[in-house]
Amino acid sequence: MIASETSHRQLAMATLAHAPENEIADLLSGIDLPEVEHLREPEQGLVMVRGRIGGDGRLFNFGEATISRAAVKLESGEVGFGYTLGRSRKKARLIALCDALIQSDIYREALEIKVLAPLRRRIDATRRQRAAETAATRVDFYTLVRGEG
Amino acid sequence: MYVAVKGGERAIENAHRMLTHERRGDRDIPELSLDQISGQLSLGVDRVMVEGSLYDRNLAALAIKQARGDLIEAIFLVRAFRATLPRFGASEPVDTSVMQVRRRVSSTFKEIPGGQILGPTFDYTHRLLDPQLAEISDPDALETAEPLAGVTPRVTDILGRDGLIEPSPQTEPGASVGDITRDPLDFPADRDLRLQNLSRADEGFLLALGYSTQRGYGRNHPFAGEIRFGDVDVEFMAEDAGFVVPLGAIALTECQMVNQFKGSATEAPCFTRGYGLAFGQSERKAMSMALVDRALRARELGEEAIAPAQDEEFVMSHSDNVQATGFVEHLKLPHYVDFQSELGLLRKLRAEFAELTTADKQIQEAAE
Repeated sequence: MIASETSHRQLAMATLAHAPENEIADLLSGIDLPEVEHLREPEQGLVMVRGRIGGDGRLFNFGEATISRAAVKLESGEVGFGYTLGRSRKKARLIALCDALIQSDIYREALEIKVLAPLRRRIDATRRQRAAETAATRVDFYTLVRGEG
Repeated sequence: MYVAVKGGERAIENAHRMLTHERRGDRDIPELSLDQISGQLSLGVDRVMVEGSLYDRNLAALAIKQARGDLIEAIFLVRAFRATLPRFGASEPVDTSVMQVRRRVSSTFKEIPGGQILGPTFDYTHRLLDPQLAEISDPDALETAEPLAGVTPRVTDILGRDGLIEPSPQTEPGASVGDITRDPLDFPADRDLRLQNLSRADEGFLLALGYSTQRGYGRNHPFAGEIRFGDVDVEFMAEDAGFVVPLGAIALTECQMVNQFKGSATEAPCFTRGYGLAFGQSERKAMSMALVDRALRARELGEEAIAPAQDEEFVMSHSDNVQATGFVEHLKLPHYVDFQSELGLLRKLRAEFAELTTADKQIQEAAE
């Protein structure tokens, strides 16, 4: 697998993992989807989240998080993997499906235009809004100048 | 004895039914939804995730509802649920330096790159009860401002550039990461194990221990170098995919405590550190954790370990509220047989005592 393809898939997965499952499902309904085979039935599990001592030092096991995963295969052979925080098997399956579609020459463009781009726009807008609201709580220090003398 | 235990079945069933009624409360009042708990009692949900040691807001909200708001009971439920799921593996380490910051304050520097960002905080409120909240509330629209460009550097990184603070301990190649959920606790315990223990430890217990260090029981002169809260992405090396996959973001609170210096004949004095990390917005927890983490480094830093907060066996053995509540609360379960044998022994001792005193009296009387 070429590195750029991997990073392309990772970027798409990041967008999908941050998106609500019903938004992914709604947007995917705009694509005429192929038959898929479940390579791995969607399942729930845990991941041990690791931190670093001091934020940048030695690893430590910090606490667990629920995750879900799935794997699907398109008729044309592309295999997609779906991983997401939380217990939504459906979301894991949708992400796996998107990961398979993004590898397909037939579906790549439709997925980008109809699903990934709109999701990215919404996620970016939410982030910008939140960042702007947070910035309003930043302290602006000023020094009181005493009168002359 | 078995007959007596058997007789409890119906009572237990009815007691549990009564519990479900009490949980529901007045039927004329709308039932709480998990979204309400998750959205409006969010700090309680955060605490259950932290001490339940499981990041899942919806599950923590369910646990709080089921436990009728008893957070330790809710934590217990989350821990039990955790045991029903397989673990797929460990995440890549989270990078708090690229956090989408929603709050970030430092008590050591006024002007820090990235600024002092207050975010949603109880600080500077007057702690007066607001009677208006008893009615339906309708908060004002939020103000917005232009965010500063770039990432928000850690205060400890700024101090570290001049060597004024000790660097974080680095991973030795090939070293494994300890896991208290898999391996039995053994002392002395390394800092990775201690931090894992503290991260799921009871907030009240850590708060009291942290407070005790401030009052002089293992004093280490802390400053809140930095507290930050916000979203951090989690990634996981997926063996099937063959690359690191993003899983989404979790909310974290991180506390970098800056403590009194250490130095030696060969090393210039520098500040030392304590570290706290917690799921959600859990500031008191992260701060207490950082205080206790620093206190537990007494041995490593050549300090005399004389206070409870510096005693890792004491701290780590009593920090878990699920274990603690299990052992304390088991006292109310039937101990009839145990107690019968104690009672028998006591009766025997009292009979012996009575016999001896009577004998003593007889001897005394005879002597007179």
